[in-house]
Amino acid sequence: MEIRDLYRDVILDHNRSPRNFGRLDPADAEAVGHNPLCGDSLSVTVRFEGDRLSELRFNGQGCAISVASASLMSEAVSGRPLGEVEALYREVHALLTEPAHVPGIPLGKLMALAGVREFPARVKCASLCWHTLHAALTRPAHPSAAPAVSTE
Amino acid sequence: MSATLPLPATGYADANGRLCAERVRADFPILGREVHGRPLVYLDSAASSQQPRAVLDAVERYVTTTHANVHRGVHVLSQDATAAFEGARETVRRFINARSTREIIFTHGTTEAINLVAQAWGGAQLRSGDEVLITHLEHHANIVPWQMACARAGATLVAAPLTPNGELDVEAFAALLVPRTRLVALAHVSNALGTVLPVADLIALAHARGVPVLLDGAQAIAHQRVDVQQLDCDFYAFSGHKIYAPTGIGVLYGRESLLAAMPPWQGGGDMILSVAIERSTFNELPWKFEAGTPNISGAIGLGAALDYVDTLGRERVAAHEQMLLQIATARLREVPGLTLIGTARDKAGVISFTLAGIHPHDVGTILDREGIAIRTGHHCAMPVMTYYGLPATVRASFGCYSTAADIEALLAGLQRVREVFA
Ligand SMILES: Cc1ncc(COP(=O)(O)O)c(C=O)c1O
Repeated sequence: MEIRDLYRDVILDHNRSPRNFGRLDPADAEAVGHNPLCGDSLSVTVRFEGDRLSELRFNGQGCAISVASASLMSEAVSGRPLGEVEALYREVHALLTEPAHVPGIPLGKLMALAGVREFPARVKCASLCWHTLHAALTRPAHPSAAPAVSTE
Repeated sequence: MSATLPLPATGYADANGRLCAERVRADFPILGREVHGRPLVYLDSAASSQQPRAVLDAVERYVTTTHANVHRGVHVLSQDATAAFEGARETVRRFINARSTREIIFTHGTTEAINLVAQAWGGAQLRSGDEVLITHLEHHANIVPWQMACARAGATLVAAPLTPNGELDVEAFAALLVPRTRLVALAHVSNALGTVLPVADLIALAHARGVPVLLDGAQAIAHQRVDVQQLDCDFYAFSGHKIYAPTGIGVLYGRESLLAAMPPWQGGGDMILSVAIERSTFNELPWKFEAGTPNISGAIGLGAALDYVDTLGRERVAAHEQMLLQIATARLREVPGLTLIGTARDKAGVISFTLAGIHPHDVGTILDREGIAIRTGHHCAMPVMTYYGLPATVRASFGCYSTAADIEALLAGLQRVREVFA
């Protein structure tokens, strides 16, 4: 495994210029995720249109892997039916953790994260945004009681 | 029975009396291994140091020839094991110049030592309205036990602030020493910044007000001479695994008068003289605070490690690490975009830094691929990170086996980091 298998051009690009960075205000749902290992935290805000996730923004500080993963996620899920978002969540989880996982649905640019599973210490960095989104979708937002998730 | 093997006491110093790190390295088997096909460059001794042959051999010899439970049997093994274990206590006493082995309590590390004081001393002494004074650069091990003790007593935990270069603001510290202050608990050396605190002055300030002082010596013990009588501290805590001994063994030094007045903290075997169902009488110091079968082989390993450090020469090791600190500071300052975090005038061999636009976690992963082990994160000192407004830093730290070549490898590794992120 070469270091560039982890830091692929797509990852470096999304780290340098994160897409959909910021907050949606008002949002239909939100959650905050923490990675206590590196002290990073990430917030995800989303809006719905019917049963679609119409828009997502993320905010926070993190390593290149966590920022790029969140940025890629924001592109991948925007405009998708919630059922597909859930399926993507499961596929990405498998991609990050299962050796030689063959995705059941096309993952497009998310495949750039395939190198992460060879770097076990970094899997949580890539999965934090997905766990945070999952938390936001399974509980709607009350500004004072946004669910908090942790990768630990 | 002596717990240590004789060492060839030659070759550790060069003609000028300086530490010969190459000779030292030969004593540490792990330094011969490769990581990701590269020679290991170990720059994480502040998290845990490696163990020399002398320690491994002492532990193996104990296990293969002597092991039995201590303070119990009439048989030879138990008597020899007890002699070796208590011999290690005497080695610790001598190493930190305590007055008596009654003042040396074995724990499993710094964390347990501080918890012992927070619970036993704090439980008996802290009252509602009292204050415990710490600093903003403490390791979580010297924060959380006090939070818990204060919460139980209705007391308040107060932290003295830092200056921008990572020193303690001594004036502010003095102003926070008030009649309500019941205890001061301080790092001797900061693990996140490398700052050496002016502990002699701080202890004098506290004692002038009749306030006892606990020093968290986890980062100091291996890197400078620690003499508890000269320091005049009331408690001193350290971990074996930061001074070339195994994990799971540590020490609490306590002034005898304070320890004698403290109730035991854990109950069980070894800490009692007699037990009836109605009541028990507690053992004498130091065993009053050592309930249950102790980490015997760990204590023997610790004794061997302290003897090893004395064989190298504590002043020699300290001078070597200061030289490395100077080289590393100068070399790292040349790296574009690099900011040193913690530039106190008096520092130990710990260097924290950030690289502009590159998260420490990414730096750590790329360096790891080059065989370089450094620490990234908040270093269990989140209030320090908050003070600097950073989530994390990269930290390189030195031990007696570190060399200028390790620093050059780190520099080359950082160049690689910058290439990947170019
Ligand atoms: C300053 C300081 N205090 C306390 C500790 C805790 O030591 P241990 O985990 O060995 O109990 C450490 C370890 O990193 C430390 O650096």
